[in-house]
Formats: sequence, C-alpha cells, structure tokens
Amino acid sequence: MAGASEQYYVPHSSFWPIVASISLTIGLVGAAGWFNGNASGQTVLLVGLGLVTVIILGWFATVVNESVKGAYNAQVNRSFRQGMMWFIFSEVMFFGAFFGALFYSRVLVLPWLLGGDFSTHEYLWKGYGESWPTNGPGDLGGDFRSMGAWGIPALNTFLLLTSGTTITLAHWALKENDRLKTVLWMMATIALGLLFLAFQVYEYIHAYSELNLTLGSGIYGSTFFLLTGFHGMHVTLGTVMLIVITARVISGHFTPDNHFAFEGVAWYWHFVDVIWLVLFIFVYVL
Amino acid sequence: MSTLSAGHEDHHEHGPAKGLLRWVTTTNHKDIGTLYLLFALVMFFIGGAMAMVIRAELFQPGLQLVDPNFFNTMTTVHALVMIFGAVMPAFTGLANWLIPMMIGAPDMALPRMNNFSFWILPFAFTLLLSTFFMEGGGPSAGWTIYPPLSLQMGEGFPFMIFALHLAGVSSILGSINIIVTILNMRAPGMLLMKMPMFVWTWFITAYLLIATMPVLAGGLTMLLTDKFAGTSFFDAAGGGDPVMYQHIFWFFGHPEVYILILPAFGIISAILPTFARKPLFGYSAMVYATASIAFLSFIVWAHHMFTVGMPVVGELFFMYATMMIAVPTGVKVFNWVSTMWRGAMTFEAPMLFAVGFVIMFTIGGFSGLMLAIAPADFQYHDTYFVVAHFHYVLVTGAVYSIMAAAYYWLPKWTGNMYDEKLAQIHFWISTVSVNVLFFPQHFLGLAGMPRRIPDYSVQFTDWNMISSLGGFVFGVSQLLFVYVVFKCIRGGEKATDRVWEGAHGLEWTLSSPPPYHSFTTAPEVR
Repeated sequence: MAGASEQYYVPHSSFWPIVASISLTIGLVGAAGWFNGNASGQTVLLVGLGLVTVIILGWFATVVNESVKGAYNAQVNRSFRQGMMWFIFSEVMFFGAFFGALFYSRVLVLPWLLGGDFSTHEYLWKGYGESWPTNGPGDLGGDFRSMGAWGIPALNTFLLLTSGTTITLAHWALKENDRLKTVLWMMATIALGLLFLAFQVYEYIHAYSELNLTLGSGIYGSTFFLLTGFHGMHVTLGTVMLIVITARVISGHFTPDNHFAFEGVAWYWHFVDVIWLVLFIFVYVL
Repeated sequence: MSTLSAGHEDHHEHGPAKGLLRWVTTTNHKDIGTLYLLFALVMFFIGGAMAMVIRAELFQPGLQLVDPNFFNTMTTVHALVMIFGAVMPAFTGLANWLIPMMIGAPDMALPRMNNFSFWILPFAFTLLLSTFFMEGGGPSAGWTIYPPLSLQMGEGFPFMIFALHLAGVSSILGSINIIVTILNMRAPGMLLMKMPMFVWTWFITAYLLIATMPVLAGGLTMLLTDKFAGTSFFDAAGGGDPVMYQHIFWFFGHPEVYILILPAFGIISAILPTFARKPLFGYSAMVYATASIAFLSFIVWAHHMFTVGMPVVGELFFMYATMMIAVPTGVKVFNWVSTMWRGAMTFEAPMLFAVGFVIMFTIGGFSGLMLAIAPADFQYHDTYFVVAHFHYVLVTGAVYSIMAAAYYWLPKWTGNMYDEKLAQIHFWISTVSVNVLFFPQHFLGLAGMPRRIPDYSVQFTDWNMISSLGGFVFGVSQLLFVYVVFKCIRGGEKATDRVWEGAHGLEWTLSSPPPYHSFTTAPEVR
C-alpha cells in the first residue's frame, strides 16, 4: 500500500460528474420528447442512456483503479460503506411510496368506492361491487385475471432466496481466500438472478397475452406492474453489479479483509431480495 | 482519468486549478459550497422576478398584466424555484463550506459525488425553466402538482417531472455525503454531543431528505405513468384516488418544510451566542428538540389536507400531532431568548438578521398553530392567510437565516470584512418592507381572499396595494445584498482569524480566508 493512504484521499478534480450530468440530462430530454410523441425522442433517450453507461463504467473504473493502487485507507472505506447503506435506505423509501399506494388503495380507497359510510357511491358508482383485485368502477382495460401466487412467483421467490444464500457462501469463501470457490458461488448467484429475470419476462408476456392484465388494468395493473417492474429493474442492475464483482474477484482485486465493493453489492442483492419477499406477500399472495 | 498519479507526483498540490475548468471539475468542498451559494443567489433572483410579476398583477383588482394561466405558472414556478433552487441549495452550500471546517475534516467524505450533486442542479432547472417555451407553457397547477389538474399540462409536463427527479437525486446524493461526512470525518474528540448546532441540524435535515425525497420521486413517477402509460393511481374510475397523491406528496412535503428550516435553526444557534457573548442556552435540549421536530414531521402531513374530506379521526390525529410540534419549537425559541438574556449584546448585521429571525419566525409559527386547528382551517384553507404564514417562516425565517449566515461567515470565507453600514441598511429596509409585504396578507386571508387567483374582489384592494408596494421595495433592496456580497469578495478591511470576538468553534481557528484543504491534520478538540 502506498504511503498516501495515511491521509484521507481527496481526488483533485474530475470530469466524470459534469459529463454524467450532461448525459443524464440528454437521456431525460429524450425520454420527455418520447413521451410527448416526438419522432426523435427515443433516439435521444438511447444516446443519453448509452453515454450514461459509458460514464458509469469510466467513473467506476477510476475508482477501482484508485482502490487497486491503494489510495483508500480504512476511513475512506468506512465512508463508502456508510454511503452505500444510506443509498439503500433511500431505495427502500422509494419502494415505500409504491407499497404505500398499494395499501392505501386496498385498505381505504376500495371500501370508499364500494360505499362505506358515504352516499356518494349511490350517485357516482352505483352497481360497483368488486373486491380486490379490481380495475375500478370504470372497468379500465376490460376484464382481466390477476396473477396467481403459487406458480412462477413462488418459484421466483425460491430462486431469489437461494441466491441470497449462494452470495453469502461466496462471501465466506472470499473471506477464506478461496478464489475458485468464490467465483463458483458467484456464478451460481448470477445464474439464479438471470433465471429470475427470465421468468419475470415470461410472466409479463403471460399477463399481457393471456390474462389481459396490463398497465391499464386499473389500480391492480398499476400497482402490480410498477412494483414488480421497479423490482425487476433493480434485479437487473444488481445482476450487472454481480457480474462486475465476479470479474473483479477473478482479477484478484479483493483480499479477505478488504473487499468493500463485494460487500456493497451483496448488501444491495439482499435488499432486492427483501423487497421481493414483501412484494410476494402483498402483491401476489394476499 | 489520471488524477491519482497527478496528485502523487505533485506531492498533493494544495492550490486550486487555474481557469474556469476549476469550477466544473472541482472536488473541493469550498469551491462546491461557493458554486451552490452562487447558484442559489441566481435562482433567488429568478424566483424573485416571478414574485414581482405576481405582486404587480395583484396591485389592482381585475386582470392587468398577464393572463390567468401565466399567473398560475408564476406562482407555481416561483415556489419550485425558491424551494428547490434557492433555499435548499443555499443551505447545502453552507453545509459544504462549513461542516468540514466545523468538525475538523480535510474535505467532504465523498468529494467527486459532491461535485455531481451540485452539477445536476443547473441542468435540472434548465429543464424546468425550458417548459416556459413549450406548447402549453410552464407548470401552472401549483408547486404541489395535484392531479388531475396537473395532468392537463402541455408538452412541458415530462420535463417538469424529470427536472424534479434530478433535483431529488441531487438532494439525496448531497445528503448522503453530508451524513457520511458527519459520522465518519470528525476530528478525534469531536463527540456527537460536542458538534456545533449547525452540524447537528444538518445531520437531521439530511436524514429527512434521504427519507422523503425518494417518496416524492415515487409520487412523481406515478403522475408520469398516469399521464403516459395508462396507469390509474390517481383516477377513481380505475380504483385509484386523486387524494392519494396528496398523501404521498405531503408525506414528502411536510418533512420538506423542516428541511427548509432546521439548518436555519442551526445558523441562528451559532450566531446568537457569538453576539450575546454567552454559550448557547440548553445545548442538549436544542439537539433533542431538533430530533423531536424531525420525528413529528413524519406524522403530521395531512394537516395540509384538512378540507379534502378525511375521516374525522384522521383530522383529529393530524391536528393534535401538529400542535405537538409547537413544544420542541417552543423549546428552541425560549432557548434562543435565554441565550440572549443578560448577554453583552452587540448588533452587527448577522445578529440583526438573527434577532429578526427569532421574532418573525415566531410570528409565522403562531399563525401555523392557528392553521393547525382543523375546524378553523376550514376557514383559512387556501386563503392568503396561508400565504402569509409560510412566507413568514420561509422569507423572514429561512431566507433571513441564510442572509445572517452570509454576513456572519463572509469574512471567514473571503478574508475581508463586509460593509457593515450597507449591511445594516439592507437589514432595516428588508425588515420594514417584508412586514409591509406579508403582514397585510394575514388580513386579506382572514377576510377570505383566496390564493393562486390573479383577480380579486374590490374590498381587498387596499391591503393588496400596500402588500405589493412592500414587495417591490423588498425585491429591489435585495440588490443591495448582492452589492455588499460582491464588494466583500473583491476586497475590504482585512478580517482576523476569529473575525467576531465572541465566536467559538473550529472554523474560527483557521486563517481568513481558510486554506484550500481545511484540516489536513486533524485538530485537537477538547
């Protein structure tokens, strides 16, 4: 380790943040244009996303490079750990908004729409008497069937929980400095993640083509697709992170007592796991 | 990027890079703090110009200058710009400048991310302001963006949503950085209960930001999919509920109110002891009061929605919970008064603004208590009384604290004393005009004048004219603030390291202006 690690490492200047801001803005301008129905919107969005990807790779490569050169001391390491934990907390709150919408709709809105203590039902939605899952008194999106819990979703729960175990086994192997074992368990984790995603894609196709369950299927469709969709996006991101980390394990970047990046990804993976459990119970089972 | 090797070859060069690129690529907490503060100042004037349009239109009854939709755009964007573009970045700028110096750290914990947090903001607000030139104009449904009205916006809608998403990302990253800095970068001996109040209040503010900004992002995303992807979160026909948006929004929105005022509490708790030449009265009570306010801020949100048709149980719960906030806030106000009690006080500009804060913020606090009473709120709701209330806490509260902070720490930052005489003139013109501006709005509101309406009944004319005159004077007098600040940056009487004879804290042990990297070796804290 270099002598520089005596002091807290403060990088001198960096172009990554400003370029990242610009690319992010390009992507969002493209997305907004696309939503507004502009012909070029999608292209601009893809350009922005491409740039963001390149920059994330470059920025992280810089950090990895600094880490490998030994610029980070224990205190910097602690900053990264705490930063990652607070980031995951913010993600939890993001999902909280969508779970909140689900609970509010089911526990409060539905009884109100059905009448409850109010007479408005008589004038506005007379004859509406559905229970959850519902697409509302307007029957938006037409008749649909809800997603059952005990087929693919239960299998997916099993897959994700297993992947939580395999990544822990990989972590133990890393702590014992057994690189081969680490890589094998990581491979298993990645495979489980990919399998989960494949089943999720299959489930969406099934929902759209056979159940007539779409984003437009009232509040059930809205909460179902946004919760599972955002979760799926996080699993995708998590899987990419797992792949990067596995590559770094193969390159020998980690030592048994210094492997923050590995742990950060593992925490993230567990977070995705826990969100799925809550999701499985409240979106699929109940 | 070869920053690492470059840094090593130059034995950690200590000065800033040359030229404009320094400001674009900087990772230095002081540079980034300056960027935040200057950005906030620019946004303060953009938002202020919109306020001038509002007051000009309301000078007389009838439609004079702008069409009603544009008027609504002015009120909406004025609020968004002032909240997300002026006050929050100003506080973040102060946090960047001060927290590392106050806790004895060399810099912020995550310097590159710090740069990113700032440089997202100019793009976010470019997106927001660009909606003015799009079909359908800028956002005009109020800063709360309630559906279904907000969903009727034209082409600018997704741009506005993404602008707020970006501002949220900036806040979350900035807050993570601040929390990690506070938890991990303190000098040995700087125990949590020895930290300056400004650090404590920002610590709690950052927690509020990380907890609530993602919820806003979720709500905004639902708006976006409701408009473009056919979901029906806020559409009763699909089993959703427009009121649900209000719950999601205010779950963010109420903690946001404290995000805008807790750092102000920290600033005032730093300035009053200096000029009263006494330690802060009841330090630990102040810390616990701040934490209590933060906790309570999560369980009072629906007091913004008393007239929306909630169950009575809900009204009562949110009413009593809201009134409870008066207890820790009262602790704060009484502690500030006790700090000044029998102090050897002098009234330099920062102290004037701080004392002004204590008095006028408390007026805003009292009108808040009136609004908290659910049955009374049925009368006040959406009237100018509400406008008067939150401008007392945000202008004479948050903005006054920022100005107090600017005068208080400018000599430390620049090494030069500001022009005391001009600063005091700035205080007195501002304080007289701001009361002429906002106090009559209480009367207008109690008499029933609704907010967010470009025209009004003739009986409201007199107080509106007086309010507008106060507004114009207040607006123009802020140019004086800019003049004093830039005059101070350019030169002036040299400041000592301690600057103020009663000042205590690590930042005053550094030279004025401080070295580029604050504490390269950790100071000793006793």
